[in-house]
Amino acid sequence: MKIIYTDILVIGGGLAGLRIGIGAKRRGHDVIILSLVPPKRSHSCAAQGGMQASLANVIKGQGDNEDVHFEDTVRGSDWGADQQVVRMFVNSAPKAVRELAAWGVPWSRVRKGDRDVIINGQKVTITERDEAHGLLAQRDFGGTKKWRTCYVSDGTGHAMLYTMSDQAIADGIPVHERTEAIALIHDGGRCFGAVVRDLISGQLIAYVAKATAITAGGAGRLYRVTTNGVISEGIPTAIALETGVAVLGNMEAVQFHPTPIFPAGILLTEGARGDGGLLRDGDGHRFMPDYEPEKKELASRDVVSRRMEEHIAKGKGAKSRFGDHLWLDITLLGEHHIKHNLREVYEICHYFLGVDPVKEWVPVRPAQHYTMGGVRTDHTGESPTLKGLFSAGEAACWDMHGFNRLGGNSVAETVVAGMIVAEFIADFCERSENNTSIPIGLIHETLQREQAKLDMLIDGRGTENAALLMAEMQHIMTAQVGIFRSGGRLEEAVGELQKLLLRSRNIGLRYQARGANPELVTAYRVQKMLKLALCVAYGALERTESRGAHFREDFPRRNDAQWLKRTLATWKSEADTLPSLSYEQLDVKRMELPPGWRGYGAKDYIDHPDTAARVAEIEELKKQLNGVDRFTLQKKLMAYEELLPERFRGKNERIDEMIEGAR
Amino acid sequence: MKDAATNRRLLKISVLRFNPQESGSEPRMQTYEIEEADGMTLFIALNEIREKQDPSLQFDFVCRAGICGSCGMMINGRPTLACRTLTKNLEPEISLAPLPVFELIADLSVNTGKWMRDMSERLETWVHMNNQEIELKRLEEKMEPELAEKIYELDRCIECGCCIAGCGTVRMREDFVGAAGLNKIARFRLDPRDRRDDEDFYELIGDDNGVFGCMSLLGCHDVCPKNLPLSTQIAFLRRKMVAVGWK
Repeated sequence: MKIIYTDILVIGGGLAGLRIGIGAKRRGHDVIILSLVPPKRSHSCAAQGGMQASLANVIKGQGDNEDVHFEDTVRGSDWGADQQVVRMFVNSAPKAVRELAAWGVPWSRVRKGDRDVIINGQKVTITERDEAHGLLAQRDFGGTKKWRTCYVSDGTGHAMLYTMSDQAIADGIPVHERTEAIALIHDGGRCFGAVVRDLISGQLIAYVAKATAITAGGAGRLYRVTTNGVISEGIPTAIALETGVAVLGNMEAVQFHPTPIFPAGILLTEGARGDGGLLRDGDGHRFMPDYEPEKKELASRDVVSRRMEEHIAKGKGAKSRFGDHLWLDITLLGEHHIKHNLREVYEICHYFLGVDPVKEWVPVRPAQHYTMGGVRTDHTGESPTLKGLFSAGEAACWDMHGFNRLGGNSVAETVVAGMIVAEFIADFCERSENNTSIPIGLIHETLQREQAKLDMLIDGRGTENAALLMAEMQHIMTAQVGIFRSGGRLEEAVGELQKLLLRSRNIGLRYQARGANPELVTAYRVQKMLKLALCVAYGALERTESRGAHFREDFPRRNDAQWLKRTLATWKSEADTLPSLSYEQLDVKRMELPPGWRGYGAKDYIDHPDTAARVAEIEELKKQLNGVDRFTLQKKLMAYEELLPERFRGKNERIDEMIEGAR
Repeated sequence: MKDAATNRRLLKISVLRFNPQESGSEPRMQTYEIEEADGMTLFIALNEIREKQDPSLQFDFVCRAGICGSCGMMINGRPTLACRTLTKNLEPEISLAPLPVFELIADLSVNTGKWMRDMSERLETWVHMNNQEIELKRLEEKMEPELAEKIYELDRCIECGCCIAGCGTVRMREDFVGAAGLNKIARFRLDPRDRRDDEDFYELIGDDNGVFGCMSLLGCHDVCPKNLPLSTQIAFLRRKMVAVGWK
């Protein structure tokens, strides 16, 4: 029995995991990061467009601050987000982006003077301020009032990931590559680490830790058509679910991105529309202003994706042998801009479609993109039900995205949550009551149980084909649990997925190697992924309203009266074929921004009974406090600052908001 | 050759198979036949082969969009990214082999991660800051926009390993840092946030395992999937390092 001991075990080597590792190591704790792949290959690298942080350096970002970022994020979430967590996030995002600027990320910078940009299809000249010259630049993104998205050309995620990974190397943090956590070690109340499979040798190893963090991204591969990389299968999320103790939040909240290329599903960044790209239909008509006169192509992703599918359903799509699609037109941006600021877009069109986006329109259609749900945590990143288990980034339901995430808020979350949760994990490890005695018996038992499961797959007499089960699951999810949902189809999907889950208990392998064995990997993963798929489909079936990315044709209105709450899913027993659902109410009376119209999308919704009173209360408070600065007012509306680790509290400096005291 | 019914090409994909973990496994070529589909990439073709014909076939993909650098392999003898290689641009008989130099895991899967981490540790490929304490609430340090772009231009390396596989020197010098390593030094040398000077860099690459080992065969430059300006960067670095060496 091989056991490796460490203070903190981080499962997932992308931006969130690396940042937690760095933060905790600098506080003096030993960290081991597990990663399926070399960390620089993590899916974080696919974030092309940028990171939201309200720096307000560019002229179109002037006036931006934490308050505006907060409102955009809450509206984007369709009021599903935890508003205190959103506040923690927006106040820390400028700090995180500036930290990365010091660590070496080559952020694109502001150049003073005139420049031509495309806004609403028109060429406009804007003038950048002299004092902004050389500071980080921001671009426009969907669902934001100001230009707030900091970027590195269109390789933002790549540049952030390389800088972060190199910092982790500088700090001597070991990353155990090509390893996979397949079960958490826990006693029903406390997490002690994980059973981990070496993907090269096949050996099972127990990693025992004071604290364990799941930072392994989303579960896009539950779907057939997704922008996510092939490793985004959500396995660490599933092993949290399999404890029967840890809880998953809002798994039915799944984002579909408007502009992956058709039919391959490879992402083209939101920056393409942010920089002025247009959506056109089969007739070449720019249709988004017909649906969304205010934000047009730059409404939030859930709204744009839905409008696109709606337009295709009206027969307005462009026809192709693979089915209908729409066009993304960036020809108006010009060759220089496309080849410099949108080079990744250019390369993807060139290599995968044989299309030159400088001259031609690009076929696009929405595809699964982001998992808003995940391991439910409190504001410190810890599971409220399984002590010692933490989570951050896309894997977590922290919950700053609610039912729809804004573009540029995901890479931002990885580094902001990573930074914050690192401090809380270090605090956790430093509290003496968390010094655990090592439960050798439990470790041994968990290892044996997991080994027996693998042996059963390898040596058992199962007859089901793992790859086929995976394909059937992905087909059901894309066809029936996609952008437009309805009771009948969801019910059918849940039934089909349950059947697949039962069949997955009878998988047999054609290739019996115990070491590196892709078929074995597919086999144990599909068993876990089916449970996640059921959390998504069953959660969607039960939620009889439409909110953010979750849209029910049979319940098209947002219903705050009944559904202003978070879905919580647990998997009580291995014999179950459905998750147990419960709900966590969001408290309107404590909201800084009570529910209302988002400023785009549907205008009718059913109010929560407390909303009117809270709106009036806030009006009254604003009147009373007339003239106080925005920080004082914010604190009165919804205090949050004491929730942040001390070193991340405090204001952020901007050109128009300088902080006293010389540098 | 085309399938008579569908009028689609029949591809013959030959893969160099070897699994050092498996007792009795010997290196061998194995050929798979597969019908070509529209827009088929080697990512699609290899996955279809694994699903339908041979569950033991090993290879690595992650992003399948040419961004993450996982899928470098020898395609008809040339190192490149498999995910963005369209089969329609190849003859119907295709040969695939793992990248040389790197530790073989099995079949087309090699351990580039281990090699790259080792290189990063040796060359200290991170910004050596002047001041470790950053005042996070303050405005960030300014940088000329052109300089930021220049740094990003070199920062675009995806550590796929193609330049190492295409390098003549590395066959003779096991510890040669290759274009991937030298490009990193060029990148940090440009970066004003890094306090190291040429004398420091000389300590890292001023020998035959570094910039003086390069024989200027420039295979790296020819095969880099990101079109990094490797030949000019290596030549430039060599001049700078010679200048330090003369002192």
